[in-house]
Amino acid sequence: MSPLNRKLLRDLWRIKGQAIAIGAVIAVGVLLLVMQSGLVTSLDETRRAYYERYRLADVFAPVNRAPAQRIADLAAIPGVAAAEGRVSGSALIDIPGLDLPLQARAVSLPDFGKPRLNDIYLNEGRRLESDHPDEILLLKSFAKAHGLQSGDSLSATMNGARRELRIVGLAQSPEFLYTAAPGELISDDSRFGVIWMSRSALAAAYDMEGAFNEALLSLERNARLPAVLDTADRILDPCGALGAYGLEDQFSNSFITEEIDGLRATNASVPPIFLGVAAFLLYIVISRMVQSEREEIGLVKAFGYTNVEVGAHYLKLVLTIAAGGAAAGCLLGIVSGRALVDIYLLYYKFPFLVFQLDPASFVTGFLVSVSSASVGGVLVLRRVFALTPATAMSPPVPPDYSRSGRIGQALNTVLDQPSRMVLRRLTRQPGRMAGAVIGIALGMALSVAMIGIMSGFDRMIELSFNVIDRSDVTVSFNEAMSDKTVYELQSIPGVIEVEPVRMVSVILRHGLKSHRGAINGLLALPRLNRAVDSDLKSIYLREGGIILAQSLANKLGVKPGDTLTVEVREGRRPVLSIPVVGVTTTLLGAPAFMQLDALNRALGEPNRVSAAYLRIDSAESAAIYRILKDMPAVAGVSLKSDARAALQKQMDTGAGATRFIMAAIAAVITFGIVYNAARIAYAERARDLASLRVIGFTNGEAAFVLLGELAVVTLFALPMGALLGYYLSFAIAIGFSTDLYQIPASVSLESYAIAAIAVLIAAITSGWLVKRDMYRLELVSALKTRE
Amino acid sequence: MNSNVTNARGQVNAVQRAGSGQHPYTYTTNGLTKVYGEGQAAVHALRGVDLKIPSGEMVVLLGPSGSGKSTLLNIIGGLDRGTAGTVFFQDQELSAMSDAQLTRYRRDHVGFVFQFYNLMPSLTARENVELVTEIATDPMTPEEALGLVGLGKRADHFPSQLSGGEQQRVAIARAVAKQPTVLFCDEPTGALDSTTGRAVLKVLKDVNEQLGATVLIVTHAAATAAMAHRVIHFADGAIREVVENDTRLNPEDIEW
Repeated sequence: MSPLNRKLLRDLWRIKGQAIAIGAVIAVGVLLLVMQSGLVTSLDETRRAYYERYRLADVFAPVNRAPAQRIADLAAIPGVAAAEGRVSGSALIDIPGLDLPLQARAVSLPDFGKPRLNDIYLNEGRRLESDHPDEILLLKSFAKAHGLQSGDSLSATMNGARRELRIVGLAQSPEFLYTAAPGELISDDSRFGVIWMSRSALAAAYDMEGAFNEALLSLERNARLPAVLDTADRILDPCGALGAYGLEDQFSNSFITEEIDGLRATNASVPPIFLGVAAFLLYIVISRMVQSEREEIGLVKAFGYTNVEVGAHYLKLVLTIAAGGAAAGCLLGIVSGRALVDIYLLYYKFPFLVFQLDPASFVTGFLVSVSSASVGGVLVLRRVFALTPATAMSPPVPPDYSRSGRIGQALNTVLDQPSRMVLRRLTRQPGRMAGAVIGIALGMALSVAMIGIMSGFDRMIELSFNVIDRSDVTVSFNEAMSDKTVYELQSIPGVIEVEPVRMVSVILRHGLKSHRGAINGLLALPRLNRAVDSDLKSIYLREGGIILAQSLANKLGVKPGDTLTVEVREGRRPVLSIPVVGVTTTLLGAPAFMQLDALNRALGEPNRVSAAYLRIDSAESAAIYRILKDMPAVAGVSLKSDARAALQKQMDTGAGATRFIMAAIAAVITFGIVYNAARIAYAERARDLASLRVIGFTNGEAAFVLLGELAVVTLFALPMGALLGYYLSFAIAIGFSTDLYQIPASVSLESYAIAAIAVLIAAITSGWLVKRDMYRLELVSALKTRE
Repeated sequence: MNSNVTNARGQVNAVQRAGSGQHPYTYTTNGLTKVYGEGQAAVHALRGVDLKIPSGEMVVLLGPSGSGKSTLLNIIGGLDRGTAGTVFFQDQELSAMSDAQLTRYRRDHVGFVFQFYNLMPSLTARENVELVTEIATDPMTPEEALGLVGLGKRADHFPSQLSGGEQQRVAIARAVAKQPTVLFCDEPTGALDSTTGRAVLKVLKDVNEQLGATVLIVTHAAATAAMAHRVIHFADGAIREVVENDTRLNPEDIEW
């Protein structure tokens, strides 16, 4: 091994503490990038494979009742590869011990053989036998949530008739990856079930013998979806078509897509911020590290080593650290990505995993770390190379303190000698100090933003469930009922307040943009479930128009004053033109609001309600649920506490889970920055400090000169970090927000305080580590050596 | 670049003086000037130095601090550039060379010994020497070079494990290992006690005599001058006088 390479290894060993700190900062930046993009590619790929293996349909066409032979007409549509009809209907499952019945969907499987489309994955038990009409397969996650297994029996109400069913197996399906009770957004395994039954048995239950009420189509590669949807609607129209839709609008898929897109968006914005901070730090540290090697560079040049040889030597040092950090980051990224994917797997309920890495993330990680390290090294090397070897080797000319001298004189009476040394050094090298301040401030900004995001998640839940929705219970009806039902609910003992709502499923269109969703018809000034403006004040719902959630308005590209085309998907299915009169702040979902009476008038169905919000006396809840359970009009009852818990769970296990990892990474970066700042300051001043000791300063006094500088830099960094963190939190909040929920950027005083304390702890720890080294310093050798 | 180094290892005992098959003068300077800084702050380190240094001699540059002797050494050693005037190494003009050519010149012809030894603390004695033998065209082995300075047995010690005199001898071994045409020593005994200093001077004399290298020693210790062929007195950036010693003292006889 050449002596230069041996020097390289020993130098690395000497600066191992610092090298590890720099490497760690790079590593966590790269880790985040690799982990996140691996997560996204894996989820994407797993979903694709799952859909493909279990033949998920591309088009879903619900219909009131179509004769079985119509399926051949659908199969003949140009671009359609396969078509299958099935029977599906809503059901209520009665679980012993629960106050409320649970909502479920019953779906048919062919009597013989596997379905051509929307096959199931059998987790346990066996498939259905058509000669046993009481056999069912149950959705695995629902079964698990209630401790049900194969061989158990289940009591369910289908089409008004109560039946005893026997579970022969547990299954899952790509169609029901994400399940939520009707009218709700948040997935909750325990509150929505899926029952698979044989076609003949289910047809008997729903009066669909010789007919189907849902057609599934798969498309050829080059098929045009809109044309197929149109043709399917035309064919099914005489049978009461309810509007065919593509996979992208399918409930489960659209949520999974949103979650993965949300992760992808987080991935596109947050790791680059972290990596950028790490790269900046690397640049600062490397350039100062090479600067301190100036005399050695001059020496090897004096021996006749060329600039290229010397440059290569130092770049090797720099790149070993950068590439080592990047490689560690990649490895850790793979390991943690893998672990995280396993967690996500539980959440998304994929039956298998295709773990896939994104090679681009490795390349990006390496390029960013290696190039920022090289740029830092090369710029300084160029400066050193510009010096003749004689100048490079001689100790640098003492920095000119004369310009800042006056500051010291003015403060002479106030400050003692060591304080003046600290102050002069700070004012003498403002560029260098600014680098250190910005570095620490960026670390603090990351911490502020990440702590802000943590509280942002809590604030989102708080706002959604305590400010926007103040009800305790949502009761939904089987169909739009007369508003007299509201008075019935009002008369239940323990019910404090009732508020009617009419939910109508619609397609909103504006130009080429469209959204499948619902309009909520509310009272003009609702109290329990409100539309609020950005100041969280109630918006008065005027008669003449529609109010959209901000996220929905953005999606459709509309602003107040524009007119929307509203295609109603139920009843007589009118197509309406309704002006947008306002936007509302919502953090959950993307609702649209209208005044109840105006909505009913537009539909031509006066005085109808489809659900009600209730505020109840919690002491009476059990009694209230029993009464609700027995009301024939009630299709479902959902408790806000359940919804809130489900959302919290989703935040903590789903896309939001990475916020904890990112906060930890922000902490690592912050510590790495502060520690390096201290280390470098020490390396640059070791000789001065030894001189101070020699002329009679105590250890403590010498330490004050060094640590005073770190303290001042840190104190300057705190307000700057707070300010940067404030702006950064907006960028990161956008990164974490999805169509399903918006994370508000809310940086509380507490976030600033916690981040500032973290930085101070990092500074104190680093200062202590450096001080320990300083106390160990042998005075004479420190004065002799050039380092 | 052609090499005028003819002192291969077989000739170590041959005493080579000017004219023995080499260019008669290792260095020739004409009007060499060096100014640091500009305007009022300008410092004239060299004010038009005309000098000829015969090949194979041991030359001592003597003068007080700031007289310009180190500056001269740096310029003719290819570590720095003059502001005006010309410098020739044999028949090649150093003052006209590019940085890359100067690097080549240092690599092929020049050995340096510095006052503060300038050893790489992270390399052992042997490795410090290897740093130079690695890139030289016709080097000794590091063991030979360390043997020459009497440190063959301490080759695997790190600088921190060596005394000042030993460190300086390692620095000399490092400088001579490439079998340089010229050996530059800037205050080689400045940081050493008298006994150690004499031992180091003895090594320099041996190198001059055994390798035939031209040796230039910068010092402000006048006693050192007694062992030189030629003594150049420096003051205020100019040569005050050049003295040729008829009789030379052995290093061990020098008064410290």
